[in-house]
Amino acid sequence: MSAVADTHGHDGHADDHHGGYHGAGGIMRWVTTTNHKDIGTLYLWFSFTMFMTGGAMAMAIRLELFQPGIQFFNPDLFNQFTTMHGLIMVFGAIMPAFVGFANWQIPIMIGAPDMAFARLNNWSFWLLPFAASLLIISFFTPGGAPGVGWTMYAPLTVQMGMGMDLTIFAVHLLGMSSILGSINIITTILNMRAPGMTLMRMPLFVWTWLITAYLLVAAMPVLAGAVTMTLTDRHFGTSFFNAAGGGDPVLYQHIFWFFGHPEVYIIALPAFGVVSQVIPAFSRKPLFGYASMVYATSAIAILSFIVWAHHMYTVGMPVQAQLFFMYSTTLIAVPTGVKVFNWVATMWKGSLTFETPMLFAIGFLFLFTLGGFTGLVLSLVPIDIQLQDTYYVVAHFHYVMVAGALFAAFAGIYFWLPKWTGRMYDETLGKWHFWLTMIFFNMIFFVQHFLGLAGMPRRIPDYPLIFETWNKISSIGAFGFGLTQLLFLYLILKAIKSGEKAPQKPWEGADSLEWTHLPTPVPYHTFETPPNLK
Amino acid sequence: MKASKSARSFANRAGVVLGAVIGLGFSGLALALEWNLQPAGSKLAADIHWLHEAVMILCTAIFVGVFGFMFWACYAHRKSKGHKAAQFHENTTVEILWTVIPAVILVGIAWPTTRVVIAQKDTSNPDLTIKVTGYQWKWGYDYVKGEGEGISFISTLSTPRDQIENRAPKGEHYLLEVDNELVVPIGKKVRILTTAADVVHSWWVPVFGAKQDAIPGFIRDLWFKPEKIGTFRSQCVELCGKEHGFMPIVVKVVTQDEYSKWVGAQMKLIAATADDPAKTYTLDDLRKRGEQVYAKNCVVCHQATGKGMPPAFPPLDGSKVVLGPKDGQITTVLNGVVKNGTPTAMVAFGKQLNDVELAAVITFTRNNWGNKTGEAIQPAEVKALRK
Repeated sequence: MSAVADTHGHDGHADDHHGGYHGAGGIMRWVTTTNHKDIGTLYLWFSFTMFMTGGAMAMAIRLELFQPGIQFFNPDLFNQFTTMHGLIMVFGAIMPAFVGFANWQIPIMIGAPDMAFARLNNWSFWLLPFAASLLIISFFTPGGAPGVGWTMYAPLTVQMGMGMDLTIFAVHLLGMSSILGSINIITTILNMRAPGMTLMRMPLFVWTWLITAYLLVAAMPVLAGAVTMTLTDRHFGTSFFNAAGGGDPVLYQHIFWFFGHPEVYIIALPAFGVVSQVIPAFSRKPLFGYASMVYATSAIAILSFIVWAHHMYTVGMPVQAQLFFMYSTTLIAVPTGVKVFNWVATMWKGSLTFETPMLFAIGFLFLFTLGGFTGLVLSLVPIDIQLQDTYYVVAHFHYVMVAGALFAAFAGIYFWLPKWTGRMYDETLGKWHFWLTMIFFNMIFFVQHFLGLAGMPRRIPDYPLIFETWNKISSIGAFGFGLTQLLFLYLILKAIKSGEKAPQKPWEGADSLEWTHLPTPVPYHTFETPPNLK
Repeated sequence: MKASKSARSFANRAGVVLGAVIGLGFSGLALALEWNLQPAGSKLAADIHWLHEAVMILCTAIFVGVFGFMFWACYAHRKSKGHKAAQFHENTTVEILWTVIPAVILVGIAWPTTRVVIAQKDTSNPDLTIKVTGYQWKWGYDYVKGEGEGISFISTLSTPRDQIENRAPKGEHYLLEVDNELVVPIGKKVRILTTAADVVHSWWVPVFGAKQDAIPGFIRDLWFKPEKIGTFRSQCVELCGKEHGFMPIVVKVVTQDEYSKWVGAQMKLIAATADDPAKTYTLDDLRKRGEQVYAKNCVVCHQATGKGMPPAFPPLDGSKVVLGPKDGQITTVLNGVVKNGTPTAMVAFGKQLNDVELAAVITFTRNNWGNKTGEAIQPAEVKALRK
């Protein structure tokens, strides 16, 4: 690993615990950094910026939907907001957040000095701001951003202006970033574990990321293919998705969802990993069923490749195909159930305390499971045909994406912030953040189940009068949710600036390497000599 | 249906419990509002509702059970109460049980569901077949087989723009009303063929449990057998561009007698009001007719002001095409605008409108706003340019 040390101009033999930063100063430090901790920090701040940007669009959407009629945004702009909200949140906020966790945590959890490919790591990150800029710039091109939904279904994409092309290139960049990051993560985990850190002794967070990285490598090229075909259909006279030229619009949906369903688990698995670190720590009890957690995660990953068409029950598949995808989809409930049972069993007869990370982990467990159950409801063909493309689906996937992934990310940030910065966050403010987030989240999305059942389609800028009350409640919840996240920003900045000094192990029950082997805050260079864990 | 009714009231109660657990206090309010599936209007829809309720009850029971354990642990096994952590971390028997039992439950769910899936797909032996075509942004209905064969019309949102843009109070059926409703007889198996002219749309009538995407270039089908007299309303459910939220679906179910009367009246209407393409119309007649055609087909993109929404939807007021040679404009409206080999939002209206309507709307645009050509375009001129 001398290459890693060389890029830092570091002699590579210094004391494990006193590695400091010696490279360029100012902004160039962040542009040229190859240090996994710096890059992790970059990923996390980038993710937060995108979270606020995508969040602003969500606020615009909820503002327009506050009452019937067209008030603030014309339908075209409304569609652009829903599209970019989705793309930015999925690719700009949630995925980079967990890659940020991976960068910070994987090396210090397995006893490695850094990521395997340090320069590649830098590049993986620095592709992202360019991709995000393309997405934002598309709003200012003639015709605006594409108003096609984040799924970018053909042939509507053919009618869009050049904003669509910018979006396609952005997706290419985002995909490259993910693939490079994944190769790095896989290599690091398989080759750079400390002696004695066998695969089945790795913290579960590392396991979930190993599996996620394989999903990314397999799924992202498929998405790149789908958007490239869209590009050639738009400009180069091909007819992949145009029936008049021998193509098929439904082909796009098959390709997109072949990526899209593994994508759901690309987002969910690292969240499972974070929660699997947090719950045992605050239960002061080892994770129940460690081995079955690993098997369940793998089973979910494999199943995720054979269920894609459950997003497409209404395109008119043969009955045999509908039944196959229905059975395979319901099967996912089994390993997911195992995970939920394991988490609850970990808490059972523990010695529980409820600091903010634990609150978010419990919030995750409770609401993600609710989202899982609505997923089971939607997996059944006849019920899905009633609910497809209604607000029920919107409610369902926000329970999985927000109450699932975002809550887990919050849990992880509160959990590891003391280790990263050396300072504690304000526990009272943290608890406020949790409870406000929890209440407003349900206010936004629980009522959307009712809207969907009663028949409100998704992606409409205006709606019939019977849907007014629920939409008002949902919008008020959204504004509250948005404001609450400003409290989170304040709380984090306050902790970094003036938080109390954190001890090496602020959480009594935490037991992975970063807590037991490293001081707080974590030095710039760690584990240059691997710890012996045999 | 008694069992299903009590199942529903149980599901309602279970739902209320769930709402209360979430701690929102919405439950009381919820009962007074639309919050469940619309009442079923066919046996298939009733079966779907039954399935939904059964699965909801099951899920609620499991949810309450699992989180009963979790909240009990949160209450009883907390450090502040002095609870010491046990250190167990696996138990093969328990782990096998909680893998196998959910799998068995899933098989239990799959069995009745499969029967409904197969029933839903069985579109054979219909009494009446209707083709539904999705356009940006309206629905076309063609009665292709059975009583009423030959009836064909376009169904467009009839809510005035004034209501949408908040200049007038909103009516009872705001966004759920159309100029021409789809009329079907009660108790007859109706097969719907769906397709689309431009992008993917989706045709849905919730009370019949009937939803099918309308895919350009392909024909898919679905069926329903209405068991309730009444007017049932819904909307397009697949994002299809700017006016996706403004293309409702309205189905009117009538008795067999009323249906036969309606078919008779439609047939007479077709004969009586058939536009006569051979006739020569006056400029005023064409403008009046053209204004109606414009309001139904053009206004959402090109706007009432004729200013459009550039650059996607160009202005007609002062447009070079509109003020240029009439053949050029007629060809554009007939065949649409194709850029780089792919159709744009300016579709080929030649397929949707007849010669008189086309002549009228073209005359209207050439003699409205700042456009003052003074020319009347006659249907014969349109006909001559049709390919």
